[in-house]
Amino acid sequence: MTTAVADAHEGHDEHGPAKGIGRWLFSTNHKDIGTMYLIFSLTMFFVGGAMAMVIRSELASPGLQFVHPEFFNSMTTMHALIMVFGAVMPAFVGLANWMIPLMIGAPDMALPRMNNWSFWILPVAFGILLSTLLMPGGAPASGWTMYPPLVLQTGDAFPFLIFSVHLMGISSIMGAINVIVTIINMRAPEMSLLKMPMFVWTWLITAYLLIAVMPVLAGAVTMLLTDQFFGTSFFLAAGGGDPVMFQHIFWFFGHPEVYIMILPAFGVVSEIIPTFSRKPLFGHDSMVYAASSIAFLSFIVWAHHMFTVGMPLTGQMFFMFATMLIAVPTGVKVFNWVATMWRGAMTFETPMLFSLAFVFLFTIGGFSGLMLAIAPADIQYHDTYFVVAHFHYVLVPGSVFAIMAGAYYWLPKWTGHMYNEKLGKLHFWSSTIFVNITFFPMHFLGLAGMPRRIPDYSTQFTDFNTIASIGAIGFGLSQLIFVWVILSAWKGSKASDRVWEGSHGLEWTLPSPTPYHTWETPPKARIANEAFE
Amino acid sequence: MIRKSFLSLLILGLSSAAKAEWALNMPEGVTDLSAETYDLHMMVFWWCVAIGIAVFGVMIVSLVKHRKSKGVKPATFTHSMTAEVVWTAIPVVILMLMAVPAAETMVKLEDSRDPDISIVVTAYQWKWHYSYQDEGIAFYSSLARPSIEARRKQSGVDPHTVDNYLLDVDRPLVVPLGAKVRLLLTSNDVVHSWWVPELAIKKDAVPGIVNETWFNAREVGTYRGQCAELCGKDHGYMPIVVEVVERDAYLAWVDTRKASTTQVAGAK
Repeated sequence: MTTAVADAHEGHDEHGPAKGIGRWLFSTNHKDIGTMYLIFSLTMFFVGGAMAMVIRSELASPGLQFVHPEFFNSMTTMHALIMVFGAVMPAFVGLANWMIPLMIGAPDMALPRMNNWSFWILPVAFGILLSTLLMPGGAPASGWTMYPPLVLQTGDAFPFLIFSVHLMGISSIMGAINVIVTIINMRAPEMSLLKMPMFVWTWLITAYLLIAVMPVLAGAVTMLLTDQFFGTSFFLAAGGGDPVMFQHIFWFFGHPEVYIMILPAFGVVSEIIPTFSRKPLFGHDSMVYAASSIAFLSFIVWAHHMFTVGMPLTGQMFFMFATMLIAVPTGVKVFNWVATMWRGAMTFETPMLFSLAFVFLFTIGGFSGLMLAIAPADIQYHDTYFVVAHFHYVLVPGSVFAIMAGAYYWLPKWTGHMYNEKLGKLHFWSSTIFVNITFFPMHFLGLAGMPRRIPDYSTQFTDFNTIASIGAIGFGLSQLIFVWVILSAWKGSKASDRVWEGSHGLEWTLPSPTPYHTWETPPKARIANEAFE
Repeated sequence: MIRKSFLSLLILGLSSAAKAEWALNMPEGVTDLSAETYDLHMMVFWWCVAIGIAVFGVMIVSLVKHRKSKGVKPATFTHSMTAEVVWTAIPVVILMLMAVPAAETMVKLEDSRDPDISIVVTAYQWKWHYSYQDEGIAFYSSLARPSIEARRKQSGVDPHTVDNYLLDVDRPLVVPLGAKVRLLLTSNDVVHSWWVPELAIKKDAVPGIVNETWFNAREVGTYRGQCAELCGKDHGYMPIVVEVVERDAYLAWVDTRKASTTQVAGAK
């Protein structure tokens, strides 16, 4: 037995990482792959952010100053595609890769080689997507929603758009399969499902959503491809097809997609608030049921994106009622977070600040969401800046702040050093102030009648647009502080294993930084029980 | 006397109609249903404000009082079935209170029976075509020339000097006061959407489909809207102008239009 083992390990040097570029290209290590996802996502965040700066520069004053309308439409389209598929989703997958095995006592993800491919597809996909900026006809400019017939007017970029969406989808599906198989099969013996941390729970639910809906998106964009090149008429009225059918198929994917982008955020915040309140998460089981309810309901509300498309009255009523219902489990989660804080002993380190801002500002996004659910009122909000305000509130001080909260929270565990807390707080306050300056006025713009996706506007919309553009510059520049915090993390003081006084969970019983391989033997029952809340 | 005019000035200042540049709210509009829509919007808004004050209020109290720096010892409670039931049931009740008036308004919005006037609206990249079914008049409606000249990239024209910049057309849609106007919407190319905020109607114009919507304007005036579905490069440059006029003025206008009418190719 010893001989066989010794032979197999001959090439290894104490199970440390490989040297050189091969370590990253061929990695099957969940920590390295998690790191690559996070770095990729941060890079894409800046690429998408640069596009946002083009948009906000043009919109800072009426009249067309900098770009042609076609290019402006490409900017709004690519900004969304990159932020959704290149920044937010990969960031959560990166956090999942790093933390799920650590939190459940598993040595790695269940399918480490598939994990590698899940990551490496992404730079290829985005290379293809970004290359369309240089193609005749320009990058896709039909909105990230890709509605036909307009999307079929895309130039040479069209098949590359479809191909890159397929690649992103394959990456997500493989990642989701990996998450489910890991969580179901590789938990430490004492960790029953209901004993799992909330971050793991929300990722389990998110993974099921991904597997359910990414193939639907793939189907939708394949039908676009065949309509364009292979003579089908799925969405072309002249051939007997229906443009509205695309919208149904797209949003059947699209609505669960937005919950895919927020559920892991709920998980992160549910880890952080108890730690810094020094109090267990209030209503843990209720939080699990609420997250599951949200996931289930997310499948039956899609047409609230289509209230003006000409739906029968009964359809509008059903989707209005179902959409309003989602407010209930979402509210339950907010109340549970507040109850966790209540009569705790709070301190306000950077992860907690981002998590608290999340609760406040995501709730505001939730309120505008409830208003949007009211179908007759939505007639006035649909396709206006009111919608833009809503989804940016739930995505930026929602998802993005949760990602940053998670990054600050777990960075000492990953690097073994405390990041610069003063700079972290500066990043937080700067981001929070500017994110509100950017997106709050958009509520007013939408109510005042400004439509979406226009490069120029009537002069009565000037003042709030200028304010939003100033906010955008401030928010963008603030993110450079984040980069500096990360790059200088290794200069900080050494981090303890526990890092944060009130933390609980298996990851905090491991050394900081975590060794390259962890939980090669599952955690003992005693340690496991100690770590649980 | 001075007090009265000061008071009315103050009220005017607070209304959404004044100071369009800093408009915070949607217009109440000029139809019965636009007023109902506005009321629904305000009702949900105030509910959100109330819930926000309650939730954020509790949060802020907690953030101030329950700090480690104040020497607080953290409590140890972990759950409460009563709390969960209460804060599930109360939101459900609140939602039902919102849903009932919303459903009532929806039914009315969809009732386009017995119109006085029917107009076929065809969307193009990037203009509108209006065809009055009974009057036999039809015309294209495009962005007005002053706006066309000012909108070009680095045109040198300050948009503030153009009246109703990007919201003006060469031929507006003219309708009589108090008539139930039914719009039949379709498109010649991609999906567009017809929206006039003060009429509180927005309906997509989809190729291959005829959508229906209606309005009955109660006030004479000029009401401006825009295309509300991304339709290509000039999506922001195909506005809508509806002029609601007295019946006599409407009939006179119909006569002048009969003299120079353009039909959609192939239409009756």
